[in-house]
Amino acid sequence: MSNLVHVRDLTVKFVSRDRTVHAVNGVDFDLDQGEVLCILGESGSGKSVTLRALMRLNPPTRTVMTGTLNVGGQDIITASDREIESIRGRSVAMVFQEPMTALDPVFTIGQQIRETVIRHEGVSKADAHKRALELLDLVQIPSAERRLAAYPHELSGGLRQRAMIAIALSCRPKLLLADEPTTALDATVQIQILLLLRRLQRELGMGVIFVTHDLGVAGEIADRIAVMYAGRFVEEGAVREVMRHAKHPYTQGLLGATVHEGMRGKRLTTIIGSPPNLANLPTGCAFAPRCPSADAACLEAVPGLDGAFGAHRARCIHQPAEAMA
Amino acid sequence: MIATIFRRALYSLPIALAVSLFCFLLVHIAPGDPINAILPPDAPADVVAQVKEAYGLDKPLPVQFGIWLFRVLHGDLGRSLATGRDIWPDLHSALANTLVLAAAAAMIGFPLGTMFGSIAGAFRGSWIDRAAVVLAVAGVSVPHYWLGMVMVVIFSVLLNWLPSMGASPDGSGVWALDWGHLSHIVLPAITLSVIPMGIVTRTLRGIVGDILNQDFITTLRGKGLRRGGLIAHVVKNAAPQALAVMGLQLGYLMGGSILVETVFAWPGTGLLLNNAIFQRDIPVLQATILVLSMFFVGLNLAVDLAQALLDPRMRR
Repeated sequence: MSNLVHVRDLTVKFVSRDRTVHAVNGVDFDLDQGEVLCILGESGSGKSVTLRALMRLNPPTRTVMTGTLNVGGQDIITASDREIESIRGRSVAMVFQEPMTALDPVFTIGQQIRETVIRHEGVSKADAHKRALELLDLVQIPSAERRLAAYPHELSGGLRQRAMIAIALSCRPKLLLADEPTTALDATVQIQILLLLRRLQRELGMGVIFVTHDLGVAGEIADRIAVMYAGRFVEEGAVREVMRHAKHPYTQGLLGATVHEGMRGKRLTTIIGSPPNLANLPTGCAFAPRCPSADAACLEAVPGLDGAFGAHRARCIHQPAEAMA
Repeated sequence: MIATIFRRALYSLPIALAVSLFCFLLVHIAPGDPINAILPPDAPADVVAQVKEAYGLDKPLPVQFGIWLFRVLHGDLGRSLATGRDIWPDLHSALANTLVLAAAAAMIGFPLGTMFGSIAGAFRGSWIDRAAVVLAVAGVSVPHYWLGMVMVVIFSVLLNWLPSMGASPDGSGVWALDWGHLSHIVLPAITLSVIPMGIVTRTLRGIVGDILNQDFITTLRGKGLRRGGLIAHVVKNAAPQALAVMGLQLGYLMGGSILVETVFAWPGTGLLLNNAIFQRDIPVLQATILVLSMFFVGLNLAVDLAQALLDPRMRR
């Protein structure tokens, strides 16, 4: 098993006294070192939960995970808490959506970087400080020394997210997980952060899993795209393939609802309806109630992903002509 | 930071001044002419005029306030109407006793409240949490003078373990650190600590629960921090608010122990106030309230500064 990430039939359930939410319902994928996978989906599709499952960061008391989940050869599901704690922040690190709330407001940026370095590498405070300076340099934060002494609220949104990335990179992770890292930022800053992430990914050769609901962002950074709906991958493939020749009606709907190249002269469309209730999923295709080409056959069973593993494939029994888009 | 200290101290000045004004006006707000408190109602007019002049009551109010303030600032709090003695020596020893009692109550109530509250906040919904909530509600709701009497009945009368009255075995108002004195403080301190314990428990439960629900806790867990590392972050985030509540509670302990001091005949400011009220000894009332209020103002200032020290967002 040489893949950096190896996931088979992953399910994540949130169990509480009165109901069970099926957030992730059988996800398979592999990720190689240096590869960028983008998980695309709307709110509540299970994309963030999938991402957090990779470092077992979902609420520990309520979460039930099944399936196979290997990261860097380590079985995440059966690992002890101690093992997980030494993986987090070291071989796998995460960048969060909202840097204002994801950073501790009463600790300086420097303290928050240093504690990660010291935690995993046991270096002296002076060495950790030196590393922090290098890291701020790496994520292109000017006047690094001064910024290390700053508190999160003293930085702009873009700088905060750069600091967040610096913390994530502090122990040179092999896998970087990014949970909508540009969503909370201004459009111009978004591009800067995306370019930075792409550059860092190439320089450091990290595997990256990037979660977003923004097709444009996905096209900008990904090698491969997986479109997620109701806790399943409904379509996956190379970014170009998926963007140009979307097979699944949901992906086509997303593309039709977004401004991108090739949209000139066409009207934007919307996907009617709303995502299904994850506490009470339908038996068949979860997208069927909103699908323009659904029929009775769609409701019988959950369609499988057609095609070979790693190829461009979709979870739809009709696979309507792409002319729809 | 120095600028912050300076500014906060400056903000306290008008408050202190307003409080002083209120204390001064107490004499005039109180029903009846202040003269009535000094002289019998049938006193001849020339005696009244004489006394008025002696007490400076013939001058306009602002001038009276100026003179009064000047004297107070020079440590002259006036004379008691009841005893004719200087107020300051009596107030001084009462203040020391109240301070000792408040500190003892705080040393019982704050750590217990912090412990119960933090554990409850960290394990919301668990049986520990529910027990802490019950404890907090009970602590806040139980009338402490009643609790004091119950404790006296149990521990002094029935079991005969602890003394029920006074601050010292020899009856003097002077406090010292030995068993005789300690045994006198146990019951009133426990009684007085119940309310702040309840309030601190409730507050810390809320604060800790909120902090643990924040996004940055996920970030910290995602960095691989262990429990110890997380606790350091929770403590520093909780400290400013926790300090504010405790500072306020300490203030209430200082000024609000009248009932408990009366139940236990504790020779503190509460007892002094109680006696002053019944004897219509307005100068004593005035001086005691003034000094307690100044304590409160100073305490608030200290809390403000401590908060600014701990939370960079408050340094403005």
